[in-house]
Amino acid sequence: MSDAITARGLRKSYGDKVVLDGIDLTVPRGTVFSLLGPNGAGKTTAVQILSTLIRADGGEATVAGFDLTRQADDVRGAIGVTGQYSAVDKLLTGEENLRLMADLNHLPRREGRRRAAELLDRFDLAEAARRPASTYSGGMRRRLDLAMTLVGDPELIFLDEPTTGLDPRSRRSLWRIVRDLVAGGVTIFLTTQYLEEADELADRIAVLDQGRLIAEGTAEELKRRVPGGHVALRFTGDDALNRALGALGRGFVDPADDDRLTLRIPSDGGVASLRELLALLDAAGIEPADLSVHTPNLDDVFLTLTGQHTEATR
Amino acid sequence: MSALTLATRDSSTMVRRQLKRLVRYPSMTVQLILTPVVILVVFVYVFGGALGDGLGGGRGAYIDYVVPGVLLMAVATAATGTAVMVATDMTEGVIARFRTMRISRASVLTGHVVGAVVQQLLGMAAVIGVALAMGFDPNATAVEWLAAAGLLTLFVIAVTWLSVALGMRSSTPEAASNAPMPLILLPFLGSGFVPTDSMPTVLRWFAEYQPFTPVMETVRGLLLGTPIGNSAAIATAWCIGIAAVSYLWARHTFNRT
Repeated sequence: MSDAITARGLRKSYGDKVVLDGIDLTVPRGTVFSLLGPNGAGKTTAVQILSTLIRADGGEATVAGFDLTRQADDVRGAIGVTGQYSAVDKLLTGEENLRLMADLNHLPRREGRRRAAELLDRFDLAEAARRPASTYSGGMRRRLDLAMTLVGDPELIFLDEPTTGLDPRSRRSLWRIVRDLVAGGVTIFLTTQYLEEADELADRIAVLDQGRLIAEGTAEELKRRVPGGHVALRFTGDDALNRALGALGRGFVDPADDDRLTLRIPSDGGVASLRELLALLDAAGIEPADLSVHTPNLDDVFLTLTGQHTEATR
Repeated sequence: MSALTLATRDSSTMVRRQLKRLVRYPSMTVQLILTPVVILVVFVYVFGGALGDGLGGGRGAYIDYVVPGVLLMAVATAATGTAVMVATDMTEGVIARFRTMRISRASVLTGHVVGAVVQQLLGMAAVIGVALAMGFDPNATAVEWLAAAGLLTLFVIAVTWLSVALGMRSSTPEAASNAPMPLILLPFLGSGFVPTDSMPTVLRWFAEYQPFTPVMETVRGLLLGTPIGNSAAIATAWCIGIAAVSYLWARHTFNRT
């Protein structure tokens, strides 16, 4: 089976500003691919190009098996796009928005009505169905937005920063929806600036920085390349801390702790390494007063990866 | 389904969208209907006595003279509203959604045009209704009324496509509200409010050759029996020309980005 997206050497600039500097992507069907990057990295531009909204200056791509430039209309028939800025008609009600999509997807009237009702139920919008979308909360609007995308049964969905600006609860409910979609066989192309989100949802993650892909892999692979993760052990006295340092053979006293009673041990934060760490402490008969795991955040990923990137180009 | 069937179907969907929006947001329509009615009242009751004397018939003669001008004024005023509406719509995420769907590309714009035409025909009907109540006394037959309505509809379509194109070209809704401004002056710089004979030469030359004048002269002729001459043919040509060029321009702009 062919891939959902293949792109070679996509580039785009606005005037002197290079937004995408030749990126290659391959997204297998039925998977979640996440493009991770800070604001201004070029994520939205990549989505706009792959969803036929704008043309690339160079490079080529196939989307859903169709050539992006020569078969743009066939691409449009196979994809759905939910952007960062809600693509709903605010003057229309939730139901009218969905019926509009049904009409534009050329569904028979009865089928369109059925589909709208089903999606309103599924996205927890049935009660608000007859209110104009302008009265919806951010989370509701985003759910309506995604529901509108689903009316046409797309095989590939672009989600451009779907949870930016949402509260944690709405974010989780959106994640659950995405997982259900993937279970149904849909391919997802997700952009996000949250490592946690990519980690939760994506099979593969590509890190975009200043228009270039600087790393690609699974969440695990990426995190392993980032040294920001560590385990912090807090002790009740100097004695225990020193014995722990001896037993583990690595780590250092956290300079941020004024009492000098916290030990930082570099770690990927995984279960296996924690078990190993605790076993060593157990064997030495040391019981830490407190243990916390710090996984690398997006800052860590970027500091590390962009650092490597600049070194590599030097 | 053939491409034409699809285009028709998508366009009618977009027209329904636009009509719903107009009903949901009626203040614009109300304003479009009230503005020309106010202009009519002001011109007839404030200036009408003096201007009517110039025509040799007082206020009664002036109301007959001025109605076609006010009708075109209504269209020109509405053009601003249409341009703003299009420019605002283009900044909405939902337009980006339409662009990524397999639908007829021009259908979004067609929706705007049909919505605006309906709005403006309502506005013109209100103007004629108020004018009749104020003593407007046309002597047109049913056929002449139909012909006048046909030409005015054609004119509305032309100006609306032009305002859609101007709205598309504007970077912001604020800029869009300025672009069609010159249109509002055209009824004044033509035979809308006073006969062109009374103007200085340069202005008279402009007034006689600009597109609004033949439309006003034709409507006046159809409704009141004044001579039409070749105005009807010139007016029709202007309307079709403006509509065609503006349609292509708007469609090109929509497809380009």
